[in-house]
Order: sequence, then C-alpha cells, then structure tokens
Amino acid sequence: MDSLQKSMLEKIADLHEVPEGAYNIRSNGALTARNTTANIDIVTKKDKPGIDIIIKPGTKNESVHIPVILSESGLKDMVYNDFYIGDDADVVIVAGCGIHNCGVDTSEHDGIHTFFVGKNARVKYVEKHYGEGDGTGERILNPTTVIHIDDGGYMEMETTQIKGVDSTKRDTEADLKDGATLVIKEKIMTHGKQTAETNFTVDLNGRDSSANVISRSVAKGSSKQIFNSNIRGNNQCYGHTECDAILMDDGHVNAIPSLEANNLDASLIHEAAIGKIAGEQLIKLMTLGLTEQEAEEQIINGFMK
Amino acid sequence: MLELKDVCFRVSENSKEKEILKNINLKIDEHFVAITGPNGGGKSTLAKIIAGIEKPVSGRILLDGEDITEMSITERARSGISFAFQQPVRFKGLTVRDLITLASGKKISITEACSYLSEVGLCAKDYINREVNASLSGGELKRIEIAMIIARQTKLTLFDEPEAGIDLWSFNNLIRVFESLHEKINGSIIIISHQERILNIADNIIVLAGGEVTAQGTKEEVMPKLLASSEACSTLLDKLA
Repeated sequence: MDSLQKSMLEKIADLHEVPEGAYNIRSNGALTARNTTANIDIVTKKDKPGIDIIIKPGTKNESVHIPVILSESGLKDMVYNDFYIGDDADVVIVAGCGIHNCGVDTSEHDGIHTFFVGKNARVKYVEKHYGEGDGTGERILNPTTVIHIDDGGYMEMETTQIKGVDSTKRDTEADLKDGATLVIKEKIMTHGKQTAETNFTVDLNGRDSSANVISRSVAKGSSKQIFNSNIRGNNQCYGHTECDAILMDDGHVNAIPSLEANNLDASLIHEAAIGKIAGEQLIKLMTLGLTEQEAEEQIINGFMK
Repeated sequence: MLELKDVCFRVSENSKEKEILKNINLKIDEHFVAITGPNGGGKSTLAKIIAGIEKPVSGRILLDGEDITEMSITERARSGISFAFQQPVRFKGLTVRDLITLASGKKISITEACSYLSEVGLCAKDYINREVNASLSGGELKRIEIAMIIARQTKLTLFDEPEAGIDLWSFNNLIRVFESLHEKINGSIIIISHQERILNIADNIIVLAGGEVTAQGTKEEVMPKLLASSEACSTLLDKLA
C-alpha cells in the first residue's frame, strides 16, 4: 500500500496498518489483501464482483474489515458483498469507502451489502464514506444495504459520511423476525453543491421486533439532502425514527419520515426537526469566551459526534 | 470595578418605542451585589447589557476603568465577565464535560471537571458524560450552568436568578457556592434575585423598577423599604393605570 492508500484507510476504517482478524482490502477495483480466520471465511464471488463473508455460528468477539479505496480518477466500481452471520455469533464488521479523485473524470463506487443475521446473533456494522482530492472529477458513492434479521437477532448500523462525497444515494432495507432488533445511526454532513439522498425502509414483521432509525445531519453551502424513512409495523412491534438536521448558509433539507401500522399492536413514532443553530447556543458559548465561529464549530462537532 | 454611566436601552414594540432602562448610573465594587425588583423592571436586560448580549442605545460601560461598551460578547468574556443564564441552554451532542472544559478555557482533567460538579451538588460520575440535552431537568441544567461559572473564575460574575428551579437543593449550598467562588476570584459577584436569603448576604443591594434604580445601599438601608413593598406595588399600579 502507498501512503495515500494508508491515509485513506485511516479515514474510513481507523486503520493504521493491516487490521487484526479477518479483512479484505479492495483497491481500484481489485483485491489488494485478504485474511481469513478459523471462524470467518471470505470468498470471492464467481458470478459477479464482490465477496461472501461467512461467519460461523457462535463466533464471538471477532471483527471483519472490508475497506474499499478508489484513487484512480474515472473509475466506476460496483460490488456485491453478502454477509452470513451464523446463529449466536457476536461480531463487528467495519466497511468503508474512500475516494481520492485528483482527475477530471467521475469516480464512483456502488456497493450492495446484504446481511443475513442468524438467530440471536449480534452484529455491529460500521460504515464510513469519505472523499478527497483536488480534481474537478466528481466523487460518487451509492451504497445499498439489505438486512434480514432472524429471530432474536440484533444489528446496529452506524453509517457516516462527513466529507468530500459529491453525490450519494443511500438505500437501506430491512426485515425483522420475532424479537429482532435493528438500530441505525446515520450521520451526514454535506457542503458545496453536494447532494445526499437517504432512503430507509424497515419491515417489522416479527412479534416484539423493534427498530430505531436515527439520522443527524448538517447541510452547509448550497448542498441538498433528502431523508426518507419508512417503518412498517406488521406485527406487535416498536418502531421509532428521528431526523435532526442543522441548516447553514443556503443548505436544503427535506425530511420525509413515514410510518405504516398494519397491526393493532404496532407502536410507531417519528420525530423530525430541522433548523439553523439556535442563537442562544451561540451566545452561551460566546459568553464562555469563544468566537462566533469557534462556537459554531463546537456545536456542529458535538452534534455530529 | 464595574461602572455604568447613563445607560439607556429601549425596544420597538408595535412601532412604539418602549424604554427598558432609563439613565442607569451604577458603580459596583463590592464582593456581593444583589439586584432585585419587580418582574419586568429591567434586571435581566441590565445583565445582558453588561455581558454584551444587548447593546445600550446610549451610555458607557467601564470595567476596571476600561471602556467595554463597544466590545463583543466574546471580548467581554475574555476580559473577565461571566454570565449564568436564567434559562440555561441545551445542546444536542455536547456533554457536561465538553461545556465545563470550554468554560475553563483549557484542557482539564476529569477530576477537575468532576470537582466543579460536586460543588454544585451533582454526583460527578453520573453527569460528566451526559449530553446537555432534553434528558436533563431544568434544575440539573441550572446547576451545570453554575458549575461552568465556577470553572471560569472571572473577576466579574453575573447570575440571573440562580435559585430558580433548584428548590430541592438547599439555599445553604447555593450560598456556600457563592462564598467559595468569591474566595477564589476575589472579584465581584452580581446576583439577580428575589430571594430574601440571597439579599441578606449581599454587601450591596440595587433595586431596579420600571427601568430605573430606585434604591441602592446596604441591606440595612434597602431591606426595610423593600419589605414595605412600596416599590413593587407602585410600579404595578403604574402599569395597570
């Protein structure tokens, strides 16, 4: 790996060197490095680009890192990654994509990640997106995540896009069986002329299944964001969706939370709040000796933490 | 020493000018100064003018002889003014520790941050990493606001009704906080309050009613007049008339 790739890895996966445990590093559309463990296997797909990640039942406290880096301008990369998480496993999966585009052509990475979470398994899935490079070529990321959670399974998904991605359309679909839980925490910051569209669809099919979808975003410059979330309660279940956005400059945010209750015992809540930074927050921090700009930075950093 | 010279403030209300402060002249040099008076008398506005949140339409403000009238909120904070809000502000994402660290203006250890919380009667380990959001009660926020002021330790501190919302916490503790703060800063503490027990510890009491200073002096001089409550009632009657 060269230093550029190393620095990108740090941004998207907090990795300084090759990680411990299982990993698969994809760079400019090709496999760069892979490691499997006794419990976690990674297999290249034969029919299309992508990998299968197979985690044995009962695997505990192991992690999988699957970062993707694009540093060639004009590359369009598309992958299908499937995760099979065995019953009773407890694992952390870290994915992420970094695009460094110095050229004039558009670089794009589209990934479709499908999760099969086994009975009573627990997964923490962390996904970071990052773009950089001073070229005029656009940096585009379109991640799709499909989640199936079996009885009693738990998945927590943290998805973050803080910088440098010009255009993103993020689709997440999930269906949950009895007693399954899904928690999604999304953080997005857009600036300049960027656009970000997020679509969440969650089907609470199982009895006592629950979902909590939380999005926090900041729209700066003349960037545009669309947040769609749709939770369908098809059984006795609990669903909550929350969108909190801070507007700056000429930012634009459209939040469309929707709930669909198809069962008398479905309990569903949505909350959405969009607005600029409250003047009293700025004033409070200024009375502590911060300048207006420092106060703004603190408020945004805290909000996106 | 804080000096206000001919400070006036007015706002437009339904295209009519309303005078909030009329030619306020004050010299504040004592350790504990209480500002009291009826609601709507201009107390909070006066505090905001001293902190720089509102600008007077005329008059000068001097801190230790330096004219700070044109200074921004930030500059005044840096030159030694602290202001505890009547209604503390909530921040999504920022923790109690973040705010106390920002207030102290430097990197502080967890132990230090915790000690400020303990001073205001909060069990530090339960609060230090809490977000200052809607999950905190009004009374908890108020105590955190006071802890931030203790962390700042500036030569001039303004409290706007510090007792409001912290009923369960005894006044003795609140008064002890003021006393220990005063020992540390050796400056002036100005407290806007309606509470007799806070007025009782003041070296000097200022009564503000109808935008004017109607009395100033020691508690022996001012309290009898206050308890006769003539000021409050006449102001109220004026308003009704």
